[in-house]
Amino acid sequence: MASIWEYANPVKFMRLSDRVLPWVTVATGLTLLVGLVWGFFFTPDDYRQGSTVKIIYLHVPAALMAINAWFMMLVTSLIWLIRRHHVSALAAKAAAPIGAVMTLIALLTGAIWGQPMWGTWWAWDPRLTSFLILFLFYLGYIALWEAIENSDTAADLTAVLCLVGSVFAILSRYAVNFWNQGLHQGASVMRAGAVAGDTEERVSNVFAVPLFISIAGFVLLFVALVLLRTRTEIRLRRTKALIARERLG
Amino acid sequence: MISLLSRDLKLAVRAGGGFGLGLAFFLIVTVLVPFGVGPQSELLARIAPGILWLGALLSCLLSLDRIFALDWEDGSLDLLATSPLPLEAVAGVKALAHWLTTGLPLTLAAPAFGLLLSLPETGYLWLTLSLAVGTPALSMIGTFGAALTVGVKRGGLLLSLLVLPLYVPTLIFGAEVARRGAEGLTVSAPLLLQGGITLGTIALLPFVSALVLRVNLR
Repeated sequence: MASIWEYANPVKFMRLSDRVLPWVTVATGLTLLVGLVWGFFFTPDDYRQGSTVKIIYLHVPAALMAINAWFMMLVTSLIWLIRRHHVSALAAKAAAPIGAVMTLIALLTGAIWGQPMWGTWWAWDPRLTSFLILFLFYLGYIALWEAIENSDTAADLTAVLCLVGSVFAILSRYAVNFWNQGLHQGASVMRAGAVAGDTEERVSNVFAVPLFISIAGFVLLFVALVLLRTRTEIRLRRTKALIARERLG
Repeated sequence: MISLLSRDLKLAVRAGGGFGLGLAFFLIVTVLVPFGVGPQSELLARIAPGILWLGALLSCLLSLDRIFALDWEDGSLDLLATSPLPLEAVAGVKALAHWLTTGLPLTLAAPAFGLLLSLPETGYLWLTLSLAVGTPALSMIGTFGAALTVGVKRGGLLLSLLVLPLYVPTLIFGAEVARRGAEGLTVSAPLLLQGGITLGTIALLPFVSALVLRVNLR
């Protein structure tokens, strides 16, 4: 029986990812190209925000992926702690810098949009603040991976940090809500009425369709990068094992 | 358990333990703030709760790497791990000792430092109370961070990077209690939330710290 756990075997994972990666890469390129070009050049300017509205095609997908990357690290960390599959730990390690960069993109594009719209680059708004905190969590996680030499110990410790960090990240998310009321708009893309065709207060289809394509592009980009980086980590570990064997022999 | 606690307390209080260092650091931070922002008492009164909380948090951070590092170096941590006392209890006791030597003195000294920053009269009670409720969480989280980085050489900076984001909720609620108290508003909501965080960390983090210590001792 084929089960997903088979791909916990590094050899099988390498074989599968070797076959899948080119397809994912091409799909990433296509969807990103379509989504972003459509978004940037073939959508009308918003009547109040002008052309700055177009930054949404980078900002929203990056922000989504910033959170989902952490969530993926949480799941893979759990798998590592419970089932001790090395590929899982390495995937978590591989995802962290990508998540950090996504967070940074979301913060920067948000600042660039906020300057003309809100009149400020930065405000201590709950969403902005919790993203900054998320970024700090990513930094701590990456730093801990780098600091510990033994790779199994590092995997264990970072996995635990990821679990504890998730709890505190959620706590912080709601704590900052308490502390300051927001400038950032609420959810308007995925809100309940949007699917039902309720035209009040939702993103018009003219903007929504390229936005969804961009989101799909970012998801694919994330998958491709994680696969690539996990492969690199596996190869790195194999190289280390080979070098160690050479020294012994 | 009690002997471990008294051992840790003795080590902290006697020469070279750094018992007074945290307090002295807190004092210096408090004294430096008016130099930085100017001596107007209205301004100081407004930022006093936040500054005092930040000062307490930083001086708490200062002594974190002592929790396990010395025991790790001289091997007594291995002895503790093989002793009949469960490692979870060791982590709990270590956090308690850390709180008794940093959190408690900071809480007691905070009103005096509040005077320096011309904290409004209504604020003293709530500042002290919020520190009393919040600092145990700081010690608990700090013990977890110290357990994480115990195997890292010169892990002090890494420890701060890991622990400071975890301190965010405690700091927000603590400073909010002190600020609302100083302005004469009701404080029950943030105080209860902070109490919840503290109790949660006391209940759960010793287990996580012990897990992490076992990994490090492997």
